[in-house]
Amino acid sequence: MDLLLDGFATALTPENLLFATIGVLLGTAVGVLPGIGPAMTLALLLPVTYSVGADSAIIMFAGIYYGGMYGGSTTSILLNTPGESSSVITAIEGNKMAKAGRAAQALATAAIGSFVAGTIATVLLWIVTPQVADIVVTLGSPSYFALMVLALFAVTAVLGSSRLRGFIALFLGLAVGLVGTSTGQARLTFGEPLLADGIDIVVVAVALFAIGEALWVAAHMRRKPLEIIPVGQPWMSKEDWKRSWKPWLRGTAFGFPFGALPAGGAELPTFLSYATEKKLTKHPEEFGHGAIEGVAGPEAANNASAAGTLVPLLALGLPTTATAAIMLVALQGYGFQTGPTLMDDHPDLVWALLASLFVANTLLLIINLPMAPIWAKLLRIPRPYLYAGILFFASLGAYSVNFQAFDLALLLVLGVLGFFMRRFGIPVLPLIIGVILGPALEEQLTTALKISEGDVSTLWSEPVAVVVYAVMALLLVAMAVTGVRKPAAEEPSLSDTPGNNDDKELVER
Amino acid sequence: MNTTTEPGAPASAPPVIDKAQYGLAAFLVIAGGYVVYDAGTLDKAFADQPVQPYTLPFIIGGGLVLLGIMLAVATARGNRPEAEEGEDIDLTHGTDARTVSLLALVLVANVALIEWLGWAITGAFLFAGAATVLGSRNWVRNIAVGVVLSVASWYGFYVGLGVPIPAGILDGVL
Repeated sequence: MDLLLDGFATALTPENLLFATIGVLLGTAVGVLPGIGPAMTLALLLPVTYSVGADSAIIMFAGIYYGGMYGGSTTSILLNTPGESSSVITAIEGNKMAKAGRAAQALATAAIGSFVAGTIATVLLWIVTPQVADIVVTLGSPSYFALMVLALFAVTAVLGSSRLRGFIALFLGLAVGLVGTSTGQARLTFGEPLLADGIDIVVVAVALFAIGEALWVAAHMRRKPLEIIPVGQPWMSKEDWKRSWKPWLRGTAFGFPFGALPAGGAELPTFLSYATEKKLTKHPEEFGHGAIEGVAGPEAANNASAAGTLVPLLALGLPTTATAAIMLVALQGYGFQTGPTLMDDHPDLVWALLASLFVANTLLLIINLPMAPIWAKLLRIPRPYLYAGILFFASLGAYSVNFQAFDLALLLVLGVLGFFMRRFGIPVLPLIIGVILGPALEEQLTTALKISEGDVSTLWSEPVAVVVYAVMALLLVAMAVTGVRKPAAEEPSLSDTPGNNDDKELVER
Repeated sequence: MNTTTEPGAPASAPPVIDKAQYGLAAFLVIAGGYVVYDAGTLDKAFADQPVQPYTLPFIIGGGLVLLGIMLAVATARGNRPEAEEGEDIDLTHGTDARTVSLLALVLVANVALIEWLGWAITGAFLFAGAATVLGSRNWVRNIAVGVVLSVASWYGFYVGLGVPIPAGILDGVL
């Protein structure tokens, strides 16, 4: 508790409040841009935080994080264009509401729901993380190894529509993670000394998200004008409040536990929340035509699960979403050894982050509700400038790390890879997680075998490891069963309905 | 989660094969093969390393080769990728190869020139070039915005963050 208060003391100094505000503004501004999800927002803005002190950087980062999440949901509601798979559900009902002239209410229930979910989830984090960390420090390398394998496996096989493509992404990521001289010998460096330290994960993330996206958009630029729904001040009537508060709480209850699992992900809880609200609602006829419950629940679930992913991240050093992966990189960039010992080595840091999340979440609500109409205007940036700007800032970010043209060349090569991944429907997340966890996996394996003096059976010598392998075996069986009746790849359809222009403006791009 | 399928999708037509996917499969096999080859050039581990440096590369490289073969088989059976959708993306037309290559060229030029000309110049060129390629025809404004962005970011990093980006040819001017 004292640690938490210390954390708040750090977060609430005027200087750090300023950084939090800047973070929220920057995060929302970038996150609201079409085509940029929360993970890309973080990757693009990460270099900015490196320049300030560690505790200021963390609170700024927390602001960017929540700002990016909120910005993403604004875009989904106003454009029916989820920046990340976890806001797909929000887009379904949210965009219908916006089209029916209830954009303000959709934005309000998303913002307030995110706040409620974020607040509850942050408090849960305060309670759960230290306890998980206490258990975790008693585990040995075999258990970490098993948990990492599980995370890799789950992110690759359970999420996403094509497992083959998921594993392709994973193995590409693992191969990228091999680059460097961590074993004392140069692996896959092509004789290039600049590759000796491996490939910077920020470069990988920015290249895949930003450069890949820009190239992909360049190849398929939508030439017709885009419909953007004008927004006024977000507000909700008493009826809207009454219909929203239960979905918020239920969404939080779905989101946090799923996020906290080392196999987490936000898709499943948002979907479960949507299904639940659809079942429980008193207005079933509105579902599919813009039901406020269908925005409130999934959006809360999304936010709560995002907070939940911090449990494995902080207690184990295990990222399970792209956003968490960037966050891990950020913590390492600030000079902290992530992993099971983080809570013991840097309690001040972890609690500053946990308190910052609370502060940033509150700031977000205060700042963004009044500013929603301004953010909505950002959606009208002409597309050439938007993507030119993304390329500009991505290059600046990659260059500012070491000031080497080589990094920019690497950025381009990986960006081209990102382009082809989009072309062939290969998910980005397993690749990113593979790059991060590949080397960690090798390290844990080495540690485990060192202690056992090369006896491989040590890998299943701990109960936790055995349980984890059993879970994986169950997942495999479940996959085999469902795989038999797996339908052919479905065409994702964006329900853009032209000819419905009464209350929308056409924006020239 | 958007499960509405195209109403006019042919149900019983012969599978359409995405031939480009064979290229990806070949890339995976070659990349995996190189990972395995590279692992073969490594020496045995030091005495304190229970995990050989080539163990993981062999597994990963082998995995890539295997996945490449599986992808080729799946492709031949008519497995097609779901290309990524997005708000600014219109998949009803084919790939606009000209725009992509020009854009890539702009990025290559940035890589090639940045150490000589410095970020303040190449950054402006990067923005203006990319905006022009992507369809903004007002090139005077493109350059103006680019110059403002690059010079402002240079000074922003230098003054605001205390990070001096190498100035290149403008050393002493900025």
